[in-house]
Amino acid sequence: MTAKLRVQNVYKVFGDAPQEALTRLEKGESKEQIFSETGLTVGVQDASFDVEEGEIFVVMGLSGSGKSTLVRMLNGLIPPTSGHILIDDDDVANCTPEQLREIRRQKITMVFQHFALFPHKTVADNAGYGLRIKGVNPKERRERAVKALGQVGLAAHADSFPSELSGGMQQRVGLARGLATDPQILLMDEPFGALDPLIRREMQDELIVLQRQLKKTIIFITHDLNEALILGDKIAIMKDGQFVQVGTAQEIVSNPADDYVAAFVADIDRGRVFTADDVSNEPAPVKLGQDTAQDAMRSMEELNRNALYVVDGDQVAGVVTYRDLAGAGDQPQDLADAMVTEYPTADGDAQLHELYAAASSGLPIAVTDENNKLVGVVEPEAVFAQLSGEESAAPEPPNAPDETGATKPGAA
Amino acid sequence: MSPADLLTIPFDDWVNFLVRDILVPNFRPFFRAIQVPITGVLNALDAFFAFVPMLITTAVFALLAWRYVGRGMAIFTVVGFFFIDMIELWPETMTTLSMIITSVLFCTVIGVPIGILVARGDRAWKIVRPILDVMQTVPSFVYLVPIVMLFGVGMAPGIIATIIFALPPIIRLTNLGIRNVRGDLIEAAEAFGSTTWQMLWEVQFPLALRTIMAGLNQTLMLALSMVVIAALIGAGGLGLVVNTGLGRLDVGGATAGGVGIVILAIVLDRITQGLGEDNGVATMSLRQTFLSLFRRGSSTVGETKKAG
Repeated sequence: MTAKLRVQNVYKVFGDAPQEALTRLEKGESKEQIFSETGLTVGVQDASFDVEEGEIFVVMGLSGSGKSTLVRMLNGLIPPTSGHILIDDDDVANCTPEQLREIRRQKITMVFQHFALFPHKTVADNAGYGLRIKGVNPKERRERAVKALGQVGLAAHADSFPSELSGGMQQRVGLARGLATDPQILLMDEPFGALDPLIRREMQDELIVLQRQLKKTIIFITHDLNEALILGDKIAIMKDGQFVQVGTAQEIVSNPADDYVAAFVADIDRGRVFTADDVSNEPAPVKLGQDTAQDAMRSMEELNRNALYVVDGDQVAGVVTYRDLAGAGDQPQDLADAMVTEYPTADGDAQLHELYAAASSGLPIAVTDENNKLVGVVEPEAVFAQLSGEESAAPEPPNAPDETGATKPGAA
Repeated sequence: MSPADLLTIPFDDWVNFLVRDILVPNFRPFFRAIQVPITGVLNALDAFFAFVPMLITTAVFALLAWRYVGRGMAIFTVVGFFFIDMIELWPETMTTLSMIITSVLFCTVIGVPIGILVARGDRAWKIVRPILDVMQTVPSFVYLVPIVMLFGVGMAPGIIATIIFALPPIIRLTNLGIRNVRGDLIEAAEAFGSTTWQMLWEVQFPLALRTIMAGLNQTLMLALSMVVIAALIGAGGLGLVVNTGLGRLDVGGATAGGVGIVILAIVLDRITQGLGEDNGVATMSLRQTFLSLFRRGSSTVGETKKAG
């Protein structure tokens, strides 16, 4: 993959003589010091990052952290004081107004926090605004606008006015407007910040679904770390105009760079950060028609597990528990008889919060790929260990199964 | 003891010198030329209203009043216009109407672009604002004399005086309307690559239209209030009727002219206000507004509180 957007050492200083602030920053003076001595406000200092094509890059920070300034520099709404912002090979930070306009028309669009829909235009005209600006003829404009509205589930409202729609719907129009020109890069400035929590959750899920088909390069601004973790392929945490940490959701949650990040991480919803893959073990299946019940029991004892999956060739056939095998006594037993064919499964990228129900069944969860091939096993304890933030992602060793076959998972 | 003991300034002589010895001899052709478009528009309108029968004009105004204000205003328009006709002031009223429309038209053509221009830059606004203050505070009698010297007497100079008097509100309110367009909408328009013109036409102007219409209404009212004063320098119409009555101490004649002006003022004010509020629904494009003039019935007007 290639970097679609490269941001290199970007600074933004608000005030009359910004260069002075830059030299002072170089000398290592702090933002506050510069402000009190010169009256210049440092909005963003030394931001550098690359965003790969098709990636969602989330910038998370509290108000005043410079995140809105940063995103507005990416499409030139705010000109940076110094640095480079490269979209493909065009430098947004150093180009003529005409070039900038062309880049905005062809490559990069924006979704705004308070929707910023034009109240005097219909939903379709709002969605088609970028096309109108580009000079697309009315018929095609309408078609493409309605298609974009269809992507966000609003095609039926094309002829309404924005004021007739709810907040969530208005932001869908905002999103459709951003998508209608088929840009490569979509900037989203706290797009769900003004929505109710429930609607926000819904919109986040929809954005994820939409992104799977569209594969846009998205720069997403938020003040909500949960949102950042849910959406971001990569996340930058911003404070006082600087990046504190850049990494994947898992990296940030498991290794906060400093106390500031750690404080945020402390109250996030871990169930939405980690996936089944993060907590799964190697499957170590027993093979149907090949391994015996004794083989299975031996292997469970070795691996310290209560149950193992049975595979038939590549496919998952069922699950056998130590209790069932032990309870059957000593006679050699076919695995197929002891096997339970109702077992919990999950995708590797399923989030932990989706596994709660499966985990409470007491059986390990089979992690399968799209061909129903077993790629891992998640012990219920591992799910809850990860949720509670215990450091080891590996499952706690369950109690060794005793003679009566009483096992711990049932209590989980 | 006062400063005047030490030094007196012959300010009046300076102004006299400026107007009489510089402007009048050197720029008279220029000022005459300014009148040409005004006279053209005025004569066309005057001829038009003289040609259209009184009943048809009344019907059109009544329909507009009905469409944009309500039934009560339509009835008022009919009764009022019939009254004007029956006190035998219809031709004078139409002359006044032509003058008003001409003044407002020129005020719009001059004022809206200036308003847009000053909305774009604080420096321009800093220059224009004191000029507008002066235009609004200098008593109109003060500039009647130089206007007569530069333009002569007649209808056109009367309209020029009216334009000077009535221009400020539309500039101010256009400026205000454009400046009050929400910042995030401007940002959105910019983020999609709008040019300055596209921004103006697609976003700023339509959203400022309601405020601009309020300015138009104010300008119209000021123009009406200048009718009598403009008649002093030879503009005809109802103002002349009032002045004549005044000169002859003919209370009845002056009152008749005054009543005519008031009726015309009420009708024009309510209709333009209704127009402005119709736009205020913020749903109509300029084209739709225009079309709606011809589409009756299911309008958003309904029960307008300001109906006369």
